[in-house]
Amino acid sequence: MKPFDYYRAADLTEAAATHQPGSVFIAGGTNLVDLMKLQVMTPDRVIDIARLGLDRIEDDGDGLRIGALVSNSDLAADPRVRKRWPVLSRALLAGASGQLRNKATTGGNLLQRTRCPYFQDLATPCNKRTPGSGCAAMGGELRNHAVLGTSAHCLALNPGDMAVALRALDAVVEFRDAQGIAHAHPIAGFHLPPGTTPDVETVLPPGALITSVALPAPKGDRQIYRKVRDRASYAFALVSVAAVLRLERGRIVHAALAFGGLGTVPWRDPAVDALLTGEAPSMVLFDKAADLLLHPAQPREGTAFKLPLTRRLLRAVLEEATQ
Amino acid sequence: MLITLDINRARHSLDLDPRVTLLDALRHHLGLTGTKKGCDHGQCGACTVLVNGRRINACLALAVMHDGDQIITVEGLEETGASALQKAFIAHDGFQCGYCTPGQLCSALGMLEEVRQGWPSHVSPSLEPHPVLTRAEIAERMSGNLCRCACYPGINAAISEFGGAAEGTTSEDAA
Ligand SMILES: Cc1cc2nc3c(=O)[nH]c(=O)nc-3n(C[C@H](O)[C@H](O)[C@H](O)COP(=O)(O)OP(=O)(O)OC[C@H]3O[C@@H](n4cnc5c(N)ncnc54)[C@H](O)[C@@H]3O)c2cc1C
Ligand code: FES
Ligand code: FES
Repeated sequence: MKPFDYYRAADLTEAAATHQPGSVFIAGGTNLVDLMKLQVMTPDRVIDIARLGLDRIEDDGDGLRIGALVSNSDLAADPRVRKRWPVLSRALLAGASGQLRNKATTGGNLLQRTRCPYFQDLATPCNKRTPGSGCAAMGGELRNHAVLGTSAHCLALNPGDMAVALRALDAVVEFRDAQGIAHAHPIAGFHLPPGTTPDVETVLPPGALITSVALPAPKGDRQIYRKVRDRASYAFALVSVAAVLRLERGRIVHAALAFGGLGTVPWRDPAVDALLTGEAPSMVLFDKAADLLLHPAQPREGTAFKLPLTRRLLRAVLEEATQ
Repeated sequence: MLITLDINRARHSLDLDPRVTLLDALRHHLGLTGTKKGCDHGQCGACTVLVNGRRINACLALAVMHDGDQIITVEGLEETGASALQKAFIAHDGFQCGYCTPGQLCSALGMLEEVRQGWPSHVSPSLEPHPVLTRAEIAERMSGNLCRCACYPGINAAISEFGGAAEGTTSEDAA
């Protein structure tokens, strides 16, 4: 690890004031410490935000406000979340391991970096790690890479599970910028596809600190998270689906489908949701949804398996959700 | 940086570079080599310790972030009344080389406390009721601890016995 200064912030103002170019915040550290050991991330200053008191889940009208420092374990086990937002509990429980979930936080999970092996390997070019150096994944060994939202500069997958559920639930990310001004941004559009700047991964300006995630009342009572991976547990998604649906008199009146393992960002396609809404469930309809979803996909050797896998998974999830 | 760690009920003051992980603080600075380093990247669970009662991977934790925390390592397990778990590992052949065992033991204790708190897991059939401790639940909840000797059946049997698991593999079998 490269040497760094360590500061433990006492409050939000101090956290913002201590931040300067080259600084990072540290929450659970399960992603940052890993990448610092690999020297993929080499901050001059690490600001500990674990003791800012942002670790509560509060009722917010008909929804919830989840503090950025709430652990993945506490969030998954929260009785309110289990009851009304089960897709979020399920997505969290399908991620990482018991030990990691105890440390991993809501804010840190949203900002976790890609697991692309070239991003983690200093010996290879990577536009995300070193802008302008190239992309070793193009023409490299592919498996856990994106097929949607890619660009000529980057194929890196957003690996998270929690963010996929948050997309299907229309969560809102709340943060303070470096000047201390509070902002709220819908999870849709919070993560940025790589385009020509793969190193810019979210809308957060430099020095911004996520304070909480607002969860609105669920719009569907039928919620499913299903994740396919190389082993039964403790592995990232090859493909995952978060589904939030509501049916009335045999018709789908609300459909929100989000996908992990497919996109450079947690993926949701409003056209797919619109196609399903108002319709009676059928395999023909589910196949049309898969066609629409996968139409823009750019599979390559090594990632082409994700397309039929996604189709089968989507059909199975929709079948279960509309029973 | 000067910090204090409460390890196995004894206070230790340490002057550490902020780069030192909790794992290296235990092993290199305090000579508590019971906690093992497998991967050093959160991928194996060999470094599992209990911090304020919860299991974490000590290799991904900066020691300075744990100033004042209460840490239990494998060296402190006997005092916590966990020697029955250790005996169960012996009785059920829960190890061969033993390298993963300290992490397995600490992880199992943290895991059983999570079950007592009513936390669901990925394999819990429902998120609502109190989870039933089954072989399948133990396997899922212990998936963060790899064993290169593949002693999983013995590990699972030892934890089942110590934790009073229901008969059968899944909660349907157990019901
Ligand atoms: C072996 C392994 C397996 C895993 N498997 C999965 C999996 O299956 N599914 C999955 O989704 N994840 C998985 N993960 C990733 C894990 O979920 C993340 O490491 C974790 O959620 C990150 O949270 P953290 O609090 O530890 O973040 P940190 O490591 O503390 O921070 C991550 C990043 O976010 C920034 N940051 C953190 N909090 C804030 C904040 N409040 N405001 C602004 N910036 C902030 C940090 O500066 C850093 O850049 C796995 C990790 C490991 C090591
Ligand atoms: S040494 Fe910490 S998880 Fe492997
Ligand atoms: S007993 Fe050898 S690694 Fe588990």
